[in-house]
Amino acid sequence: MTRIYVPRDSAARSVGADEVARALENECGVRGINVEIVRNGSRGLLWLEPLVEVETTRGRMGYGPVTPGDVPGLIDGGFLEGAHHELALGVVDDIPWLARQQRVSFARVGIIDPLDLDAYRATGGLRGLQRALQEPAEEIVGDVLASGLRGRGGAGFPAGIKWRTVLEAESLEKYICCNADEGDSGTFADRMLMEGDPFTLLEGMAIAGVAVGATRGLIYVRSEYPDAIATLRTAVDIARVDGWLGVDVMGTGRTFDIRVVEGAGSYVCGEETAMLESLEGKRGMVRPKPPIPALKGLFGQPTLVHNVLTLSAVPSIIAEGPGDYQALGVDRSRGTQVFQLAGNLARGGIVEIAFGVTLRELIEDFGGGTLSGRPLRAVQVGGPLGAYLPAEALDVSMDYEALADSGGLLGHGGVVAFDDSIDMATQARFAMEFCAVESCGKCTPCRIGSTRGVEVIDKITAGVDRELNLVLLEDLCATMTDGSLCAMGGLTPLPVLSALAHFPEDFHRPPEVTP
Amino acid sequence: MVTSHQAWSVEAATVILQAMPAEERLMLPALQRIQAVFGWVPDESVPVIARELNVSRAEVVGVLTYYHDLRQSPPPPVSVQVCVSEACQAVGTRHLAASLEAVYGVPLGETRDGVEFAKVYCLGNCALGPAAMVNGRLLGRCDVERVGAAIAQAQSVLA
Repeated sequence: MTRIYVPRDSAARSVGADEVARALENECGVRGINVEIVRNGSRGLLWLEPLVEVETTRGRMGYGPVTPGDVPGLIDGGFLEGAHHELALGVVDDIPWLARQQRVSFARVGIIDPLDLDAYRATGGLRGLQRALQEPAEEIVGDVLASGLRGRGGAGFPAGIKWRTVLEAESLEKYICCNADEGDSGTFADRMLMEGDPFTLLEGMAIAGVAVGATRGLIYVRSEYPDAIATLRTAVDIARVDGWLGVDVMGTGRTFDIRVVEGAGSYVCGEETAMLESLEGKRGMVRPKPPIPALKGLFGQPTLVHNVLTLSAVPSIIAEGPGDYQALGVDRSRGTQVFQLAGNLARGGIVEIAFGVTLRELIEDFGGGTLSGRPLRAVQVGGPLGAYLPAEALDVSMDYEALADSGGLLGHGGVVAFDDSIDMATQARFAMEFCAVESCGKCTPCRIGSTRGVEVIDKITAGVDRELNLVLLEDLCATMTDGSLCAMGGLTPLPVLSALAHFPEDFHRPPEVTP
Repeated sequence: MVTSHQAWSVEAATVILQAMPAEERLMLPALQRIQAVFGWVPDESVPVIARELNVSRAEVVGVLTYYHDLRQSPPPPVSVQVCVSEACQAVGTRHLAASLEAVYGVPLGETRDGVEFAKVYCLGNCALGPAAMVNGRLLGRCDVERVGAAIAQAQSVLA
């Protein structure tokens, strides 16, 4: 019986993976061929989706992008034995795009059925939790510190310091909160990990709970990710039945359980304190810090808040020890970063690699340049609050400090490429518009400044008092930067000012004559 | 996602709210539960929620009006969400929105003939844009034909 893999990841399904799976099932059925179709996560080579893999003695042979219409021809051509075909990609693990990566958080994504717990165990799963249940908490926390793991949500704060703070906080009730409100355009790694290897996230949270003394975990998932929510909830049920979530974790008498909570359409609820307010059922308003959530978080209790990718790096750090992770990377950026290549690129997807890769390597070597074939004009790194870098500035190292020194932001690792059809004044206007839509409303510079920012940019592009309004825009940006409680208002000026600095010509075009 | 919804009544809402487990007895989960059952959050549900959770009506309205997902009017049969964020802008979502307006006669943010067109800010499909969601179904590499086919399919399921 031949085993075939067809991804169930929503990106793959968005370009027809379900239809391909159905076509394979029907065609093999009609021909009396015995096949087992496994719905795996996506390997992250998204331009090749639907990417179908066939298990052969030579390894897993890939074919893609496959359409339902290709299926009869593929079978006729012998693809079930891994034969050559115009859609053939060879052994998937050997594809250079994948072979060059260093997959830690994404090690299992695309390899296994995401909800197959036996496959999870067979690939090293649950060894981290086993160790965490046996060793003293200080040692587990020490390993997280030693690994150099920094928060992968965007702030890059040393994870171990948060763990230590929550461990040392005295309280009967502590929480682990996973921030899965991945609202940044250009980012989808959290989504793909939750859909492709949910047990890794659950195990990471359980290890954290056991180490810092929390009995309850919550995962706050944005509502725009229905498949991730459903997959996580099923994974939690499976883990409970197996006995490593709930009361009496792995027979140790300890308790740790997880609840998956759905968001309700608010970008700012990705900010940790707004997320906590939302988890408390309230408006997602930002809280001032101090107090930090590690001391006074959910319902006023010590709370460890972490991004999906941060928690997903934990099981292997604890199972293998921190040395391997710490050995990867450059300067103060240790370990691997999961980059997401997006926008106008020929080859978009997931690149997990040690810090130290340059933006040029990501855009050109991995990304293959623009999808349209037109010249690259700008790259936005770090999501909607990240700077637009011009095509000449690609030789920057993709680590926290190097990017910040270049006036950029690593953020959650999203990289969005634009060709020369993009107008940067329009992009600057969108940055302000998005802030106005998503502002929680607490801070006047953010709430009102963003609306005024849209108006000022409209005047600039219309040629109304252009020079004065350019000065005003810079002044407004300074006010928003200095006067906002969180990054929503505080960093909206970053894309705006970078557009002004690197693409001034777009703000000085002759105003269009309206008919 | 439009599924069959229950007709609103205070009695039905009260039963639903009283059945909520302890950890969900909070304003946002309560509002989400009402919307899941009835398709939207009628004004009459506000005092019911306030009473059940022992909070003020103003607080409930504060949460109801804060979140983009919560509707204060009945949902349309077909919901089309078009991503208008940066990665999709980079591959022409503005052109897609204009094409949809040319075909269906309304811009994003309006409804016509039972089809609601809305802006959404990222669907997490950033390497396969422009992305859209039609009645909960994610679509990648969208052009007006692909979205149109999904709308037609959603309409045929309801017919």
